[in-house]
Order: sequence, then C-alpha cells, then structure tokens
Amino acid sequence: MDSVLPQLLTGLATASSLFLVASGLTIIFGVTRIVNFSHGSLTMLGAYIGWSILTRLPRDPAWFALGILLTALATALIGVLIERVVLRRVYRAPELFQLLATFGVVLIVQDATLWLWGAVELPLPRPRWLRGFVEVAGGRFPFYDLVLIAIGPVVLGLLWLVMNRTRWGTLVRAATLDREMVAALGVDQRRLFTSVFALGAGLAGLGGALSLPNASANLGIDLSVITDAFVVVVVGGLGSLPGAFVASLLIGILQAFGIVLVPKITLVLVFLVMAVVLVFRPNGLMGRPQAEAREAALAAPVVRAAPPALRWLGAVALVLAVLAPFGAGDYYLTVLTDACVAILFATSLHFMMGPGGMASFGHAAWFGIGAYAAGLLLHWAGAPMPLGLLAAPVAAGIVAALFGWFVVRLSGVYLSMLTLAFAQIAWAVSFQWVEVTGGDNGLLGVWPPDWARSPRVTYWIALALSVGVALLLRRALYAPYGYALRAARDSAARAQSIGLDVARLRLVALVIAGAACGLGGAIFSYGKGGVFPTYISIPHSVEALLMVLLGGLQTVAGPIVGALVYTGLADLLVRSTDLWRLVLGAVIVLLVTAFPEGIAGAARRLWLRGREA
Amino acid sequence: MLLVAGLNAHYGRAHILRDMALEIGAGEVMVLLGRNGAGKSTTMKSIIGLLRPTSGRVLYGGRDIAGEEPHRVARSGVGYVPEDRRVFADLTVMENLEVGRQPAREGQRAWTPARLFELFPNLGRMRDRPGGRMSGGEQQMLTIARTLMGNPRLLLLDEPSEGLAPVIVEQMAAAILALKAEGLTILLAEQNPHFAGGIADRATVVEKGAVVWSGSMAALRADDDARRRYLAV
Repeated sequence: MDSVLPQLLTGLATASSLFLVASGLTIIFGVTRIVNFSHGSLTMLGAYIGWSILTRLPRDPAWFALGILLTALATALIGVLIERVVLRRVYRAPELFQLLATFGVVLIVQDATLWLWGAVELPLPRPRWLRGFVEVAGGRFPFYDLVLIAIGPVVLGLLWLVMNRTRWGTLVRAATLDREMVAALGVDQRRLFTSVFALGAGLAGLGGALSLPNASANLGIDLSVITDAFVVVVVGGLGSLPGAFVASLLIGILQAFGIVLVPKITLVLVFLVMAVVLVFRPNGLMGRPQAEAREAALAAPVVRAAPPALRWLGAVALVLAVLAPFGAGDYYLTVLTDACVAILFATSLHFMMGPGGMASFGHAAWFGIGAYAAGLLLHWAGAPMPLGLLAAPVAAGIVAALFGWFVVRLSGVYLSMLTLAFAQIAWAVSFQWVEVTGGDNGLLGVWPPDWARSPRVTYWIALALSVGVALLLRRALYAPYGYALRAARDSAARAQSIGLDVARLRLVALVIAGAACGLGGAIFSYGKGGVFPTYISIPHSVEALLMVLLGGLQTVAGPIVGALVYTGLADLLVRSTDLWRLVLGAVIVLLVTAFPEGIAGAARRLWLRGREA
Repeated sequence: MLLVAGLNAHYGRAHILRDMALEIGAGEVMVLLGRNGAGKSTTMKSIIGLLRPTSGRVLYGGRDIAGEEPHRVARSGVGYVPEDRRVFADLTVMENLEVGRQPAREGQRAWTPARLFELFPNLGRMRDRPGGRMSGGEQQMLTIARTLMGNPRLLLLDEPSEGLAPVIVEQMAAAILALKAEGLTILLAEQNPHFAGGIADRATVVEKGAVVWSGSMAALRADDDARRRYLAV
C-alpha cells in the first residue's frame, strides 16, 4: 500500500496538466471542427515563454502565479495569430488540408523555437517554496503536485461556468452543435472562432507553463504532448469537456502506475486502454456521434485511368529508369534509390487515403515496422536480405491488421488522430527498448549480401520492387475490390445496404497499404545499412502526406509524380539550408492556404478557366 | 422590401434556381408554393446567404445582399427559420432563445422571452428543457421564437407546417397571423396550399427552380388550371 498513494497522487498531477492541454484541443475541435496539430506546439511555446518570464520575475508565489497567467495570455495571442493567418483560410477546405495546415505550423514553431531559445533544455530554477513537501498519509509528497492536482478541477469548474453561464459560452455550445445555424441567427463566426482559438491556445500555454517546475522547456514537448492530448481527447470523446477530464484522470493514473509496473511499455499500455475504450464506445467515453456535416460535402476524388499519351510517357520513363545506372554516378544512384522507396511510401499511402478515404498521419509507422522487421531479423537471426524483404511486408501487414481492427470503424478525424498516436507509440518503442532495437543508435550493419552490395544492384532491386508494387496497387484499384472500396468511401451507408462489408474493405486497404509501405522501409534500410527510430518520426509521416498532396489524390500516377518531385526538392533543401523545417512548414502552409481545393484541383480549375475563355 | 431578380444557384453541378424572381412589399405575406425539390428552400438559403448564388440580385431595403455572409444578412433584419428545425438539441429553450438574440432596430418593439411565451404558451412551460427532448411541434415553435429574438423585419419561414399534427398546424397558423398583425413581412414556403390560404396575401408558384405562376391568393383560388397543373399531388 505504501507505494500506491504517492503513485496515485503523481497520476492525478499528471492528469491535471493533461486536462489543461486536452480541454483546449477539444473546445477548438468542437466549434471549428479542426483537429489542431499545433496544439502541442502552443504548449511548448507556453513552456519556453513561461521560462523566459518566470526567470525574470521575483521568486515568490504571487509573482509565479502572475507569470503563469501572463504566459497563458501570450500563447492565447499567438493562437489568435495562427487562427487569423492560417486556419481562417482553410475552414472550408477538406479535412486533410486543415490537418496539414496545422502541421505546417508545428514545423514552423519548432524551428522558430530552436532559433529563439536554442537547442539546450531549459529547466526552471525552483525556489524554496516550490520544492516543499507535504505529509500525506505518512508519506512526503511534493507541494507543487498538490497545487497541480487542485488546478485541474478548478479549471474544469471555471470552464463549466463560462460555457453554461455566459452568452459567449452559450454561443460556443450552439456552434458546436450547428455552426451554420448560429451564423444564420446573426452571430459572426469569425469572431467566435478566433475567441475560441484564443481560449484553447491559452489553456495549452497554461499547461505548458505549469509543467515547468516538474520538467523543463525542451523541443520534444510539442509532439509528446500532442500524442497524449490526442489519446485523451479520443478516449474522452471529441468535443466533450467532462470526457476530457475523465480521460485525463484515466490516462494520468495509468501512466503513473504503468511506469512502476511495466516501465518499458507504458505507452503501449495507454494505447491498449484507448483501443479497448474505442471498441466499446466508438465515440469515446462521453462523446456523441459526429453530426453529419451541414455544409455540402465536397465531391470525393475520382480515380481516373491515364490517357494513352501518359502511359507512353510512363513507359519511356521506366526504360530510362532501368538504364539510369549506366549514366548516373553513385551519389545520384542513392538519390534514385531513395526515390523508388518514396514511390512505395507515397503510393501505399495514396491507396488507403484516396480510394480508401482514410487519411493517415502516421504512415511512417508501417515504414518503420518493415525496416525493423528486416533489421531485427538480420541482427538477431542472421536472416539474409531476401528473407528480410519478405518478412517486412508481412510484419507491417500483420500489425496493420491488428491496428486496423480497432480503427477502421471510426470516423475520419478519429482515425487520423489514432494513426498519429500509433506512429508515435511505435517510435517510442523503437527509441526506448534499447536492448532490442538499439534505441537512438539504431541497428547498424543492415547491409545487403555481397552480390547486391553495389549501388547499381540495390537500385535495380528497389526499382523492380517499387514499380511492381505500384502496378499491383493499380491493379487492385481497377479490380472489383477497388470499386467496392471507393463505393464504401463515397457512401458507407449505401455501400452497406448493397451488401458490401465496409469495415472489412477498409481493413484490407489498410493491410495492403501497410504491407507495401513496410517493404519500402526494408529496402530503405538495406540501402542505408541501418535502421533508426527517425524512420517512424512524425515528420517522416508528413513527408508521405506531402508527396501524395503534391501529386494529388485524383490519379494513380499522382503519388508517383509527387514522390519524385518531393525527393528532388528535399534533396535540394536539406543540402542548402539548416532551417529545413521552417521552410517546409512555410511551404505547406502556403500551399494549403493558396490552394485550399488541392493542387490538382487548382490546376484543374485553371485549366477549365483557360478553356472557357 | 425584398426584391429577388435573375437569381441562379447551384449545388455542385446541379442547377437548382433558374432566374428566380420575387417581390415582397413591407407588411406583406407571400407564400412560395411548389412541390418537393421545386427550389423553395434553395431560394430561402440563397437569400439568407447559406448558399452563395451564382448570379442574380437580392435587394433588401434597396441594398444588394446577394452573396453576403449569413450573419450580416441576419443582422440587417432578415430572420430565417429552416425547414428541418435545427434546434440546438443540448441547449435549453432559454439558451436557444439566447443564441438568437440581437438588438432591436429603431422603432421596433424588441422581442423578449416573455413576449414570445405569450405567442407560444407551450414554450413558457418548458424553459429549462433541452431542445432535443421536445416534440416536433414544440421544436418548430422554438425555432420561430429563436429567430424572432433577432428582431427581424423580414421573416423567411421554410415549411413551418411540415410533419405537424393538425391541431399544432392550426396553432402555427394563428401564431403566424399574429406576427402578420405585428407588421412583420413574411416569406413563407409551403407545399400545402390550404395552410397558406388562410395566411398569405399573394402567392408565387415555383417549379424546377423557376417561377411559373404568381398573383394574389384570390386569383390562385380562381385559377383551377394552375392549381391542378402545379400543385396537385
């Protein structure tokens, strides 16, 4: 019993911080219907700004409280800026674009923070009163944790009052239910959205600043916080404040006890609990089914067969690609090998996202699982490359099937959030399970056998596999299965009523995409001679989305073109600037705000306009 | 007060309104008659701004409001009551009314919950009930009351009698007549000519998104041919 109470209190303190961040996320989602990926970045900014403010103020409780409030205010203002500059332009854009836009913000904030505060962790020097202990049931317990535990319910109470006792709160709740109707009653949506975003951002900043005394301001906060917040919001039910509170308690306590009982797999435990909750309550503990979008739905992309001219172009390109090793040097051959891997990466994502209608923000998970399957087999069992290339898609496919079983019934937003959370957990496993995966150092010496060692042969193998898989994916799209999948995407209800098993169709799409992507991961590993946790990182997942986005969802050739263009651009960018995240983020935001209907959609519109004129 | 001219609107590629035209004078009640899918609701949505018309003019008080944002149109004095009620299910009656509240215009007697409960006595007895736990008739009354809280001068009423029990339909007709007596200008969409007959001064009949007949209610009653051709179910 001795260890139970302290762990419980630690869990409650964690829960409070989680709730602050998650409540902001859930309020913003409720009204704007945007899943704000940059919410974790606002928390991170809260920590850094809080550090800058608190280290300049006298160190007593009153000044500390003032500093925390100032920090929340500052992040609220940054939130307003983000809403006005970025989000306002994408409210009517497809979901994927909204997610990408906030993702661009994540990248920009990362480099901006690095530039402003540097790469070193910034711990807050703790004054005496913050280091105090309180006797609880015979045990000594940190005073500050008790403060945190109290703050959670207090904030919940205040939010309840604002939501239920003010006109603004009434409008926010009404907009959560039917924002179009609210507008038709004379309420300016823009101001409502901006103010909601300010509140959510302020809460995120508050959470970041309050975490300072127990942790530090560091550059990893954004992605770790957003993963936790997604889990909390999904478990609690999107848009539900009490749900977020209950889920925060659940996850916070689970983490506190998990660290004691099963230190290595705490994150996995959290994910399992989330999966169980979603199986029994697909809309979270206190969430309700998402209301059908009131605005006219955008026509989903149609996959069209390429015209003959384009096919000839493709055939010529393929012949050139096969002959390339006779003309290109070793460096360009490795870039070309990367491009082949990128094609697998992008076409597999396109398969589940375009025809399957399931946007994934964690596609790198399958890439990494394939890579680790090949790497671990070689490292621990000495399995040769052909076996590794076989095992990679099988392993990724099996994990995708397990994951898919939980998520394919979920609506788009939940699915996107869970793919991200899952990828982040896969990353954590590869990073933390040092004994098996080598942790940050990765698995080295994952080389092909001697006969395949030259860049030329590696390239040919990569080319053959990627083209082969791309053709197989294309074949699947034009098979009855592909038509059924698209029917399920366009109208799940109608597809079901003509006897299609929608969940199964989507599950199969996820498994195919996962397996194809896993193969890409294995090829990549043999090309680089190693497997590292960065393969599963979130920026890597975003790369896949960018490739698909660049090429457009409408065509099968799109992701291939996107993969090639992206690989070329990235090669240039990384070689020419250190601030590649900033540039990449800015490019994403620009693309998404300038072409909210998609690049292909914009091209189509310009093309049509040209023909009409 | 309201003049709609040459209004065209699309849903995606489907051309819904084709040169729609209407004119309503101040204090008048005009009924928009037509079958399901004739374009009545689309006309209303285009006026309030929930749907952006592709071309045409919507003059309200002499100002062109076509394509303006819904909240601006609403604040300039146009009240919109949607056909599918759209009460805020989690909000109580009082909270629903609060969402609709906007300041009164000059020379107007502002609507208050108390005045609205005189008009719809049922609502007064369930002030704290969530909108989702009310009957269809009660919800319909609540949506009208909610829109009136915005103190509109022109009321767009989309099929207020749809799906209601005959007793409630009578109450609804009485309430609309009371609003007419207050001097409110009303554009009413209906499939049911009998309901409209007791309320409206003039009728405009629409079919496939265009006006096919217009005139006074008396003229419509006299024109058997038009009634049979456009309105018989």
